[in-house]
Amino acid sequence: MTTAPAVSAARGTVAIRSENLCRHYRMGETVIRAVDGVSLEVRAGEFVALLGTSGSGKSSVLNLIAGLDRPTSGSVVVQDRDLAKLSREELAKYRLRVVGMVFQSFNLIASMTLAENVDLPLRFAEVDRGQRQTLARQSLERVGLLGRMNHRPSELSGGEQQRAALARALINRPQLLLADEPTGNLDSHTGTEIMDMVRQFNRELGMTVVMVTHERALAERYAQRMIFLADGKLVDDRPNASTRRDSRGPGGQS
Amino acid sequence: MKIPDLTELALRNLRESLLRNSLTTMGISVGVASLVAMLSLGIGLQQLISRRLVKSGLFDTVVVTSRRDLRGRDEDRNGPTPGESRVLDEPARQEIERLSNVIEAYPDIRFITELRFDDKPHLTMISALPSSAKSNDAFEGMQGSFFSSDTAPEVILQKTFAEELLGKAPGRGVDETKVADLAKPLLGKEVTMRYAQRISGPAQPSPSSADATTPTDSGLATAAYSVISREQKLKIVGVADLDPESMRGPTRAKVFLPLRLAEGLHVMQPTDLREISRAASDQPVYSSIGVRVKNPAQIQVVEDAIKKMGFNTFSILDASRGLKQVFGVLFAFLGIFGSLALVVASIGIVNTLVMAILERRREIGIMKAIGASDADVKKLFFAEAGAMGILGGVVGVVLGWAIGQVINLGTNVYLKRQGLPPEHFWAVPWELVVFAVLFAFGVSLVSGLYPAGRAARLDPVQALRYE
Repeated sequence: MTTAPAVSAARGTVAIRSENLCRHYRMGETVIRAVDGVSLEVRAGEFVALLGTSGSGKSSVLNLIAGLDRPTSGSVVVQDRDLAKLSREELAKYRLRVVGMVFQSFNLIASMTLAENVDLPLRFAEVDRGQRQTLARQSLERVGLLGRMNHRPSELSGGEQQRAALARALINRPQLLLADEPTGNLDSHTGTEIMDMVRQFNRELGMTVVMVTHERALAERYAQRMIFLADGKLVDDRPNASTRRDSRGPGGQS
Repeated sequence: MKIPDLTELALRNLRESLLRNSLTTMGISVGVASLVAMLSLGIGLQQLISRRLVKSGLFDTVVVTSRRDLRGRDEDRNGPTPGESRVLDEPARQEIERLSNVIEAYPDIRFITELRFDDKPHLTMISALPSSAKSNDAFEGMQGSFFSSDTAPEVILQKTFAEELLGKAPGRGVDETKVADLAKPLLGKEVTMRYAQRISGPAQPSPSSADATTPTDSGLATAAYSVISREQKLKIVGVADLDPESMRGPTRAKVFLPLRLAEGLHVMQPTDLREISRAASDQPVYSSIGVRVKNPAQIQVVEDAIKKMGFNTFSILDASRGLKQVFGVLFAFLGIFGSLALVVASIGIVNTLVMAILERRREIGIMKAIGASDADVKKLFFAEAGAMGILGGVVGVVLGWAIGQVINLGTNVYLKRQGLPPEHFWAVPWELVVFAVLFAFGVSLVSGLYPAGRAARLDPVQALRYE
């Protein structure tokens, strides 16, 4: 593993803080309260799971933390940046330098090879071609896909695609890894493989991880803390009692 | 994003939907081709006409007349009155010839007289040509040859006069009879020119009497010269196809003599009656002098210098200014019509890019999620539009050039059938090539404005939700 650890804030300091965070959509006459007064704190280096049924607002919270969306009211502060106050340009920079994202549907660009997909963030960061290639190789090596770097996503299995997406999320050495149902499209075995990798990044690189999932078992197995959302409101926030014991097998998922 | 990366990504995206983007690019090519075709036709025609005019000797020639000439060409009433101004005589001619930038100053000798051919009289306007007129464009396609020397008793006929001599009715249509057919029975034959020679009278005004009275009175009193009817045999050496004096209007001549020969004949000139006082001497007085200038650009300077000497001048320069205006308007029209196809093509670009946004919504969302700024997305779409523009522009220039070559070739085949020399009226200067490609690029960028803006404003959350 040659990738240097991400420049992370000291463990234990507050990485993410939201206060009375709201995201409302107007649909004709009705107002949908996707996120409705969520206040939470995530410490640097923590692995947090956001749990809830579909429509509970967990993905909306993640998008607000990712800087893909802006709050209707309230604030979300990530490492002393108040995201609501950043310009569009500054938000793009924040996404580029601070955040790495993985999605349920992998979201690789179909027309590009793995290597090109992985080094795409570096193009936006205007990194030189030579350095880009080196970093892309390192990143792909970390997820065990160096041999497939010239393949297109459609030639890969789901697990491999998600690993490539992880490699892309890692390439900018972000402090924050945001995962939206990362195992949702994978079978339990490959899902475990991906989650093991995420945990590895969390532990070895000191990345703060926020994962959205509706599978409680998955959260219990990997997350240090579980935050439950329902109807856009935070309903429970508790440390995971079982997180220190990792000996459970893949059968832990139901 | 850096420009090489942008270009690479743009070209990759264009390759992804090859057919659609090729069709759009082809649209631009056709637009550029029509623009190039129109403008190169305009430029070619302008060059052809300029070439013709320069060769015709009109652009480098200043016509000098005396202010005594009362035809009222000069509007400048501040100068000396006509009666007091200088006479356009041989010393004046020599003085003009010594001016810098002047190649030669030759008298314009022109008179109406009778030519006999086959014992039939033909009344016509005759003018004298300096030997430098040989390079005149009007003698292109002439049958026979130019004068063997400046004093040879030879004559060149204009085609219509040749027809008259042969008793043929002047052709109704354009270039109905071929000049070669006319020249064959005429070349080498002789014509007899009857003319009135002016011989100065024996009585010269004495200096003292000239001082005593007003110049005009003394001139009139003492002027005397005789007019003798003479004949001169002339050999027909050439028959000109074109009209060397087409710009002269009603005073244009159909028969031409070598200049020195004509001078030596001392033919009675119309001006002799007006310049009666001076004409009594052997020194000829000219009705006008043609001054050839080294470079058309120096015409104004030479004209000013001659005006200062006290003569009227006229050059085609003013006419050429009007011509430039005509070409300006022509270019504007050709450009507008040529651009129309490009406007249609640019709508094609807008359409293609808007379609691409719909198709690549998710991709745009992904790029934004992993850190692309609005500007990055915008630049990417601009790069795609620009790449289509440049590609279309280059292909269009080649296409336009090819169309021009084909039309040029076809027209020259037609000209050849009509017995006319080939012409190059199609010109694609490199400035036009650069302009056309840049113009296509610019039009594409403008077309990309709306799609690029739309792509940049796309909400990433929505774009990613869209499955």
